[in-house]
Amino acid sequence: MAILYIDNKPYEIPTGKNLLETCLTLGFDVPYFCWHPAMGSVGACRQCAVKVYKDENDTKGRLIMSCMEPVANNQRISISDPDAKEFREQVVGWLMTNHPHDCAVCDEGGSCHLQDMTVMTGHNYRKFKYKKRTYTNQYLGPFLNHEMNRCIQCYRCVRFYKDYAGGKDLDVFASKNNVYFGRAEDGVLESEFSGNLAEVCPTGVFTDKTLKQHYTRKWDLTMAPSVCQHCSIGCNTIAGERYGSLRMIANRYHGEVNGYFLCDRGRFGYEFVNAKDRIRKPMMRHQEVDHTTIIHELSILLKQPGVIGIGSPRASLQSNFALKALVGEHNFYHGVSDNEHDLAELAVKILNEGPVRTPSTKEVETADAVFILGEDLTNTAPILALAVRQSVKQEPSAQAVQVNIPLWNDAAVRGIVQDRKGPLYIASIHATKLDELAAATYRATPDDIARLGFAVAHILDESSPVVENLTDDQYQLAEQIARALLAAKEPVIISGAGCESDAVMKAAANISWALQKRNEQTGLVYTMLECNSMGLAMMGGHRLQAAFNAVMNGHAHTVIVMENDLYRHGNKSDVDAFLAACKNIIVLDHSMHATSSKAHIIIPAGTFAESDGTLVNNEGRAQRFFQVYEANEVISESWRWLLNIGAAMGNMRINAWKNFEDITQAIANEEPLLRGIDTITPSPQFRLAGQRIPREPHRYSGRTSMNAKDNVSEPKPPEDADSPLSYTMEGYRGAPPSSMIPFFWSPGWNSVQSVNKYQETVGGPLRGGDPGLRLLEPDATKPVLYFHGIPEAFKPLEDHIWILPLHHIFGSEELSAKSPSVEKRIPSPYILIHAEDAANLALHENEPLTFYIRHHTYSLPVKITTAIPHGVAAVPYGIKAIPCSELPEWATLKDESQINVYTHARVNVKQT
Amino acid sequence: MISIIRTMWLTFLHMFHKRATIQYPEEKIKLPARWRGRIVLTRDPDMGERCVGCYLCAAACPVDCISLQATEDEHGRRYPEFFRINFSRCIFCGYCEEACPTYAIQLIPDFEMGEYNRQNLVYEKQDLLINSEGKYPGYNYYNVAGLAVKGKDKGEGANELAPVDVHSLLP
Amino acid sequence: MSPLLIVICVLGGLLLIAPGLIWVERRLLAVWQDRYGPNRAGPLGLLVVLADTLKLFFKEDWIPPFADRKVFVLAPAIVVITVLMSFVIVPFSPGIIVVDLNIGVLFFLAMSSMGAYSIILGGWASNNKYSLLGAMRGAAQMISYEVFMGLSLMGVVLITGSFSLHDIVEAQRNMWFIIPQFLGFIIFLIAGIAETHRLPFDIPEAESELIAGFHSEYSGMKFGMFFVGEYIGIMLISCMVTCLFLGGWLGPAFLPPIVWFALKMFAFIGLFILLRASLPRPRYDQLMEFGWKILLPLSILNLVVTAGIILWNES
Repeated sequence: MAILYIDNKPYEIPTGKNLLETCLTLGFDVPYFCWHPAMGSVGACRQCAVKVYKDENDTKGRLIMSCMEPVANNQRISISDPDAKEFREQVVGWLMTNHPHDCAVCDEGGSCHLQDMTVMTGHNYRKFKYKKRTYTNQYLGPFLNHEMNRCIQCYRCVRFYKDYAGGKDLDVFASKNNVYFGRAEDGVLESEFSGNLAEVCPTGVFTDKTLKQHYTRKWDLTMAPSVCQHCSIGCNTIAGERYGSLRMIANRYHGEVNGYFLCDRGRFGYEFVNAKDRIRKPMMRHQEVDHTTIIHELSILLKQPGVIGIGSPRASLQSNFALKALVGEHNFYHGVSDNEHDLAELAVKILNEGPVRTPSTKEVETADAVFILGEDLTNTAPILALAVRQSVKQEPSAQAVQVNIPLWNDAAVRGIVQDRKGPLYIASIHATKLDELAAATYRATPDDIARLGFAVAHILDESSPVVENLTDDQYQLAEQIARALLAAKEPVIISGAGCESDAVMKAAANISWALQKRNEQTGLVYTMLECNSMGLAMMGGHRLQAAFNAVMNGHAHTVIVMENDLYRHGNKSDVDAFLAACKNIIVLDHSMHATSSKAHIIIPAGTFAESDGTLVNNEGRAQRFFQVYEANEVISESWRWLLNIGAAMGNMRINAWKNFEDITQAIANEEPLLRGIDTITPSPQFRLAGQRIPREPHRYSGRTSMNAKDNVSEPKPPEDADSPLSYTMEGYRGAPPSSMIPFFWSPGWNSVQSVNKYQETVGGPLRGGDPGLRLLEPDATKPVLYFHGIPEAFKPLEDHIWILPLHHIFGSEELSAKSPSVEKRIPSPYILIHAEDAANLALHENEPLTFYIRHHTYSLPVKITTAIPHGVAAVPYGIKAIPCSELPEWATLKDESQINVYTHARVNVKQT
Repeated sequence: MISIIRTMWLTFLHMFHKRATIQYPEEKIKLPARWRGRIVLTRDPDMGERCVGCYLCAAACPVDCISLQATEDEHGRRYPEFFRINFSRCIFCGYCEEACPTYAIQLIPDFEMGEYNRQNLVYEKQDLLINSEGKYPGYNYYNVAGLAVKGKDKGEGANELAPVDVHSLLP
Repeated sequence: MSPLLIVICVLGGLLLIAPGLIWVERRLLAVWQDRYGPNRAGPLGLLVVLADTLKLFFKEDWIPPFADRKVFVLAPAIVVITVLMSFVIVPFSPGIIVVDLNIGVLFFLAMSSMGAYSIILGGWASNNKYSLLGAMRGAAQMISYEVFMGLSLMGVVLITGSFSLHDIVEAQRNMWFIIPQFLGFIIFLIAGIAETHRLPFDIPEAESELIAGFHSEYSGMKFGMFFVGEYIGIMLISCMVTCLFLGGWLGPAFLPPIVWFALKMFAFIGLFILLRASLPRPRYDQLMEFGWKILLPLSILNLVVTAGIILWNES
């Protein structure tokens, strides 16, 4: 702690920060552009000038850039000094000389940092009378719009894109007054984090192109705190609605999970909500029916015995629980493939019962050694990949600390670090984007990756099982990894369900347990396949195959499929047979898919934007998302449908649950692993100063006109029985509790930069603590019981190929793939094989390869690489016309009749 | 006392003054050009829509009676997809006109808009758009904004230099 | 004429003229403010009276849920009844008088005192702070001015030696009392305005401060009764002035007595309206100060001087 005098008033402040951060934390408005809490200071824009005085007798002082000055004890500064003020006004005047007169047609307007800073510094009139510089723009792909005229040369874009996110194709060109930020030539921005440029750029050079297609100002959006539904990390988002359609997703700062950034899948994958083929009306055997009829019909239909329910890893805990309560515990099935089911349960078991803690994404950022087994993080959990990118800077920047360079001094730290990187080891099926940072990579089949992992664990702890028949190379690599992990202060092991192998996950667990004995700071991260895979696994339920058996054996004839496309989780012939055997198929979902097109009864469920719910992310953190807007017509949350049906059936247990609060409390009481999830957000009765928290900013416009076309008398705004948020602009205007911030705004701070005002310290946790509740905490006292059952090394089979799934950030996830902008980035189907295998098969790039899996014939164009092992092929996961639930699987290339033999053989291998 | 009687006397004398009332509708009044009456959307000198859908009028409106949706043509020129004013709520304060950065929305001296059915007071874009530049002839927003649209590329606007050649090394 | 016929004629006449006064007032105010006033409905806009009445009839007759129901309904009735009762003693012309009470003037004073109840009860029953404030002001104002009103009349009574209005009018055959009792006339006029709480002394209503004061909560025909009551009150005061100071129906014989009476009365009504058109409302404390510190001594002086002169003449 130190004392800082600001304008002669003393403040107690922590040391180690720079003046700008400190002033912002204390609540002062100091303008800035180039500084970013996640990216540090470079002192480029000269905007944050303040005056520093030698001592209390110094009346003259000197101007310094507050972002470049470390705080010191008894330091005296002045923010409101006239010289400093004039300096800041002049600087913004210079920055504005070439800025065009186009706020009216700029998407940033109304949430623009440049506007805010210009107003803050008092630069009201343009003094520049000469001609303005102009630039031509570039096409940057379906996500971002480029308008270079608006640039103020703060360099934030390249600092984020290149230095922070590791992008290669955005750079700064030309010199002096002609500096240009863009690509070398027009083209799609390659980075998975490009969307953040829209928020990082303090003005409107980079803006959200999907928002532009249905443009709405920030002040006109009805916004609610939401949670991203497109991977298992559970990034916090703000979802904004206008005129009944979802308009944009923005980052909602969470100190532990996503920090300041989102990936492009999360940011641009929202448009499935507005899709034309959404299910919007209840249908009974191809007939539209109304709400009361369908509830009545279903209450009769479901009273008969023989009803089963299939839940979903992309539905909220509430929806899954409501389904479980409706059909009964014994008739509730997890709608995931058996393998996925096992992997998720394994992850819960390891994290809940093992001694090792699973760190948050923020903690992965500060890890100083990372070992990734089998996961392509950039594609399965992009924000985790971004965190790993920061972690490799940890070890080298220790040197900066030694020479007294504070870590926020970005340019100086980078000067010291140069190209050195901390220990990162990646064992994966195929090359990953993180490979460029890795000290060593290992490309192998999941079984071989697991063997490497077990070997590392054995080196770390002799009592863990031994791996037989390792090659020298493999052993040396294992030793190298083990040494690096041992040397680290906070090592993290990352694995997950991405390569569909329990052996890999067990190997990762063994390593972390072995390491835990030497270093208690060890972390173990598992990524999951879907946003609520973890939550579903923490809730009891049977496998999908058991559901198939129940119907095939005649125990059941009616099935409720909730928010699930069974074709993504079971193999095609099984699902076909199952659906054909069901007398009544009831699908409860928001989007059409293969399963819903076979349904007899379709019920329109709400998407995340029209729902309240709770998800559990890969860290075991339960997080609540709030309804953004009340969809008209009959669309409502799956759980609300199920509660209504249950109440109509006279189910006393369900009848007692009337709203979100009731059902959440029931889950907390009845599911031991989910205890406490009713405490993560305040109850619906919560009020601040007697008021609700408004979903709309106070400048929300058009209330008396937006619905006037249909009826000039304004309807009453809907009332929210499930949360303390209101659907209007009336309500409490201060900062709401951290778990339900509908938007960031503070007087004078209209852009996302206002998040500073919501944090305890700038870049730290939100005031009142970061939201969400971690449900899985380790029990370090338990004895370690290592996993055994090390798989055999992979051996290619003649005339066969071992097909593995390859995840893609765009396309592998079901919902985001329906968004038009994401759709443009989905790769066309392919099969990736090794160059030598291609040569053996006499195949060239893009020629079709025909293969057979379980009597199904597939033919895909070939892509050739040397980055995957021999005898192995990889296909993109979850993309149309490609099997995904069957994988990994042997495919035969020649004769279909031999398949069974080899499938059998594979099962034997797995069991050993 | 005298002043009270004088006051009464002077008031009484008003009996013989000229009436200030205009007998509307038999007699029509001549209103100044800046009278705040019916709201219209004007056009550019080239007869393109002036409104760029910036939402400032809607934000400025104290009774929130303006709603619109911005959209873009294929050349990047913004225009409102719909533009609605609910005149049954409008208080003719003129803030929308003050807020408009493109002189698109203007209040004109016409106030004869009575209706028997309140629904008819909801004006859509086709009811608002007029074929005139209104009070500000000659102004073209895109000519002074940096954006490129059809017929005006980068560097062709007023007070603009030709676009920077990124490949040039000349000082 | 039979008394019943007179009663019907007086009642009918009053109730017809009172709403008509609304039109008169609006037209006159307009004329003094360089406007036209209501001139659209019917000839000269006369039907505006009918329109107004219909409007009042069809308005929602609302009683606030927090009001004291019975008193709330009773209050507007009191004002109309007391004012109408006062007309009993007004001699419109020889023979056209309901009853010629020998305590006529006292009866008038009693009835106008009773009128204060209507304001107090109305304001009280409304259970609304503005109404109550209006009622309190009304009560204070009416009770204060009642005093000077009574005292200012005493000069006339002294000269006549009778409380009967008929006798008072007859006593003016030689000279209207406005000449010997000019001071009394002025005081009575001012007190009369205050008594009917007409502008500029509309302090119990005071739209700009009290939002219509004691009748804020009234609507429909109940408000209409207050409204009509006020106009009948104006007529009453005009009639009284005419009888007491301007010789009632007396006048040259080329016009019938009733016409003379009406002319004098309407002239005063016009004066009332002119006052409204030209004078601003005094502050409440100014009103009270004016009453107690100026009018009271003046009226006592008037009484003493008159009595002294009469004694002088007799002795």
